[in-house]
Amino acid sequence: MSHGNMNLTLKIWRQKNDKETGKLVTYPVKDISPDMSFLEMFDVLNEELINKGEEPIAFDHDCREGICGMCSMFINGRPHGPKRGVTTCQLHMRSFKNGDTIVVEPWRAAAFPVIKDLTVDRSAFDRIIAKGGFISVNTGNAQDANNIPIPKPDADASFEAAACIGCGACVATCKNSSAMLFVSAKISQLALLPQGRVEATTRVKNMVAQMDEEGFGNCTNTGACEIECPKGISLENIARMNREYFVANIKS
Amino acid sequence: MSKLDSKIPEGPLEQKWEKYKSSVALVNPANKRSLEVIVVGSGLAGASAASSLAEMGYKVKVFCFQDSARRAHSIAAQGGINAAKNYQNDGDSTYRLFYDTIKGGDYRAREANVYRLASVSANIIDQCVAMGVPLAREYGGMLSNRSFGGTQVQRTFYAAGQTGQQLLLGAYSGLQRQVGLGTVEMFARHEMLEVVNIEGKCRGIIARDLISGKLERHFGHAVLLCTGGYGNVFYLSTNAMGSNVTAAWKAHKKGAFFGNPCFTQIHPTCIPVSGDHQSKLTLMSESLRNDGRIWVPKKQGDTRKANEIPEDERDYYLERRYPAFGNLVPRDVASRAAKERCDAGYGVGNSKMAVYLDYKAAIERYGKTQAKKLNISNPTAEQLRVFGKQVVEEKYGNLFEMYEQITGENPYEVPMRIYPAVHYTMGGLWVDYNLMTTVPGLYALGEANFSDHGANRLGASALMQGLADGYFVIPYTIGAYLSKEISVKAISTDHEAFVNAEKDAQAIIDKLFAIKGTKSVDHFHKRLGKIMWDKCGMARNDKGLKEAITEIRALREEFWKDVRVPGTANDFNPELEKAGRVADFIELGELMCMDALNRSESCGGHFREESQTEEGEAMRKDEEFAYVAAWENKGNHTYEMHKEELKFEAIKIAARSYK
Amino acid sequence: MSNSSANFIQSSLGKKLLMGLTGLFLISFLVVHATLNSFIFAMDGGDLFNQGAHFMATNPIIRIMEIVLFIGIILHIVQALVLTLKNQKARPVKYAVNDGKANSKWYSRSMGILGSLLLMFLVIHLSHFWVGTKAAQFGGTIDEHNTYIEIIEVFHNPLIVLVYLLGVISLGYHLAHGFQSSFQTLGLNHPKYTPLVKLAGLWFSILITIVFAAMPISVYFGIVK
Repeated sequence: MSHGNMNLTLKIWRQKNDKETGKLVTYPVKDISPDMSFLEMFDVLNEELINKGEEPIAFDHDCREGICGMCSMFINGRPHGPKRGVTTCQLHMRSFKNGDTIVVEPWRAAAFPVIKDLTVDRSAFDRIIAKGGFISVNTGNAQDANNIPIPKPDADASFEAAACIGCGACVATCKNSSAMLFVSAKISQLALLPQGRVEATTRVKNMVAQMDEEGFGNCTNTGACEIECPKGISLENIARMNREYFVANIKS
Repeated sequence: MSKLDSKIPEGPLEQKWEKYKSSVALVNPANKRSLEVIVVGSGLAGASAASSLAEMGYKVKVFCFQDSARRAHSIAAQGGINAAKNYQNDGDSTYRLFYDTIKGGDYRAREANVYRLASVSANIIDQCVAMGVPLAREYGGMLSNRSFGGTQVQRTFYAAGQTGQQLLLGAYSGLQRQVGLGTVEMFARHEMLEVVNIEGKCRGIIARDLISGKLERHFGHAVLLCTGGYGNVFYLSTNAMGSNVTAAWKAHKKGAFFGNPCFTQIHPTCIPVSGDHQSKLTLMSESLRNDGRIWVPKKQGDTRKANEIPEDERDYYLERRYPAFGNLVPRDVASRAAKERCDAGYGVGNSKMAVYLDYKAAIERYGKTQAKKLNISNPTAEQLRVFGKQVVEEKYGNLFEMYEQITGENPYEVPMRIYPAVHYTMGGLWVDYNLMTTVPGLYALGEANFSDHGANRLGASALMQGLADGYFVIPYTIGAYLSKEISVKAISTDHEAFVNAEKDAQAIIDKLFAIKGTKSVDHFHKRLGKIMWDKCGMARNDKGLKEAITEIRALREEFWKDVRVPGTANDFNPELEKAGRVADFIELGELMCMDALNRSESCGGHFREESQTEEGEAMRKDEEFAYVAAWENKGNHTYEMHKEELKFEAIKIAARSYK
Repeated sequence: MSNSSANFIQSSLGKKLLMGLTGLFLISFLVVHATLNSFIFAMDGGDLFNQGAHFMATNPIIRIMEIVLFIGIILHIVQALVLTLKNQKARPVKYAVNDGKANSKWYSRSMGILGSLLLMFLVIHLSHFWVGTKAAQFGGTIDEHNTYIEIIEVFHNPLIVLVYLLGVISLGYHLAHGFQSSFQTLGLNHPKYTPLVKLAGLWFSILITIVFAAMPISVYFGIVK
């Protein structure tokens, strides 16, 4: 079945599981349409592999519209590929040229062990959220939603931080595999809201402690995460987290 | 006559839920600690139910096939969530939300459930805001609302075009809090493959650890299926790639009736298909219809570019046909109208299977308002355009970006092209007022059940229903059942029912590998999708549905003879996961066609060509079809339909008109 | 030390804070050092410069600050080592292709290398000037010690001048990232002021580089005699 006229060489990381070492394997793909998404191009390749009796490439993906945060490919040295502000599923083949060689690797971090091929385990993020990325309000506790007016700029800033999709591109691109953009986004979202201030002190301490325990690296402020974040989460959040953390430690 | 008891409480509509809450049996805190609840699915319904039940003291286990609870497909909902808050002082009320929902659902939903949904809607907003969900605000610090497809009041709360994401992350944060507290045990990358019934009650599940491939047995005093909809039966839909019917279907095969399977919502504002490589369709929020105008050229087969077609040669067909609601008619009406125009040869774009959604007028209008706000008395046309674009960007920026991303066209300059796509399934497991299926102890919440949207769902109602079920309904209704289960000790998973269920699940896996056929799973899925879209899609007829049933049966045979599943079972194997899901979709597809065939009326998302008015509008047959079709699986691909008659006491059933 | 302060110092953010604070402190020292260096351009045969150097070598407060300075440097280096090791461990398998330049400045990614170069330079630098001064101090000959002449002699060697220039350029790049980075680390990021901080950081780094480079160059080329 012909789709388009791009021919590409893919070098894809194949790794059986977290115990075995992996390697880059070269796959040519033909007749790719520029209107395909990067993942649809992988679908075509996988279909070919299945038809040849080979095992298809395992990669994470789900919503394919840039919001679930599941897709996670490191493409030609950049998370989610060469385009800014998109996830892998939103990257289209028109961003590449006929004849290109494309290297695809999984997110690499000690805290994100490889499950298989391009699939990694990001449950460290869930464990960090479980330590404090919430407001402790049981169902039924709430007062009327308009009882706490929230200045629009605060609500907007909180929303911008909350737009994080937890994909892990920040960790993947950071030279230190630091998770600070992810963690600080959640801390900021809640720190900016009056209802989130109540637990601000314990939240930042507990979340940072868990982040450290998971084995993420430290932040050296290169700013790569902000550039590569598909949702444009700002470095300001990391500064806010630092501030919150210092104040929290001075207080108690 | 019926096996179906909807268990609707007695009394006047508006008092049913209040009375129910005051009289439902409670479980004391000490007993809750020894009662175990399994929640399958971690979207809005699942996450909110799990966290609420855990807060109450139940021991909860949550399963999701994604790598994290946060990725459930509720996350992709864009537009908003309805609530009868009447913050805008525009005449909204619980009754009006209830009325709109029943009417929007084309009188095929159960009054009592919908009224309850409307009455808890306000609590949802309160709860989410308290949990830190950053919903949009006005400058005074109060919550902002917008109007949404199918209603005349502004009752929709939103967070830019990412409302579902924000609500899901809120529910997820509540869930993770319980995980941290140890009251919820989370099983990500696990897929439910069987329910386990013991002595007529649901007592657990068999789940596959998707990484190790091991089958696991889990006991629960009750099991909640919050597994979403089955739109992927059409292959192309706005659902996530992993969205599936497997959990609901396995439950169906173990005794849970399937309600109104043919009720599929086709969403009017999706980005058109660009080629045969397409793996999914992308929805653009219906909120775009608030400000955008939908049109096609008046001339058939017009090949001019959109901007070259003068105003008087454009047909704003929704405004023409439905002057009262215009571009805001409900989804089913808007979708069919687009299909009608395209089928008649007025479609646009390369495929000619698209209509225009135009923001030019909105940009001008907002530009003027903004200029007034800024006290600019004689703004230039350029200024107006800039101001207008700013306002539009503020409201819909991310949607416009997304459109440009996918199509490579700039929607601020040229009209967007849209076409309907499968989006939501109103049908689902039949549940009573308690949200319990026909299997005692087995519940279905959110999109997985059939209950609240009738034959068509209004915009911004899905998020509302998911959270209503999880936060405010199940915590009460589960007590009615569990209060009688307090003496039941946790059953060992060595019980033969668990052993047998695991064997069944294993048998299917073994069978799939044993075929060693020649065609990939996707190959069958695509073929199924084509049959479904062509013959059980936006419009259906007797002949097509009968053909579809035959074709699907043949496809099923072929699938079980010729599918190729690579790899092994004891490994992370996405192809195996897909194979199991597609096998279930094929069976479901057949049932959907049977249901559609049976319902020889047009209603909501189900347009039956034999049943239309002279003007081509859908014609309902209330005398014959004001019932829920609940299908019982009799084994070996045979089904028996049971009817739940729908009684309308508070609302007078009437023809739906948006003219 | 209470448990919680121990946790703080051992935490990633605590370590970062210490890097930032010591960095800023070292920056303040650089200001003093650069000011003093510029005294050679008084063109008075080194009188002003030697007075300054003498003051620095004998003032008791400066003597104490010198110890603090060394502690600062050591803390900065030790922390850097600890962090670098931790950061290395955070990515055991490296990327085959990593396009760092697409999203960050090379020097922001090379603080460890720049810092190591600086450390090597510092050893050479101290052996040139600080050791002599110390010897004079402890030998009781500090009043006769002429740093200016020492400088003129050292910087007649082109190789040394080259080493100094490399050292100073490393310093410039180290500062170009370090200056603004320390503000971010301290939590000082503001949409209005951060661009100013970044600009100030850039100019500061350039200025420091020029001032420090000026000395060996002008001595070597005989502008300063």
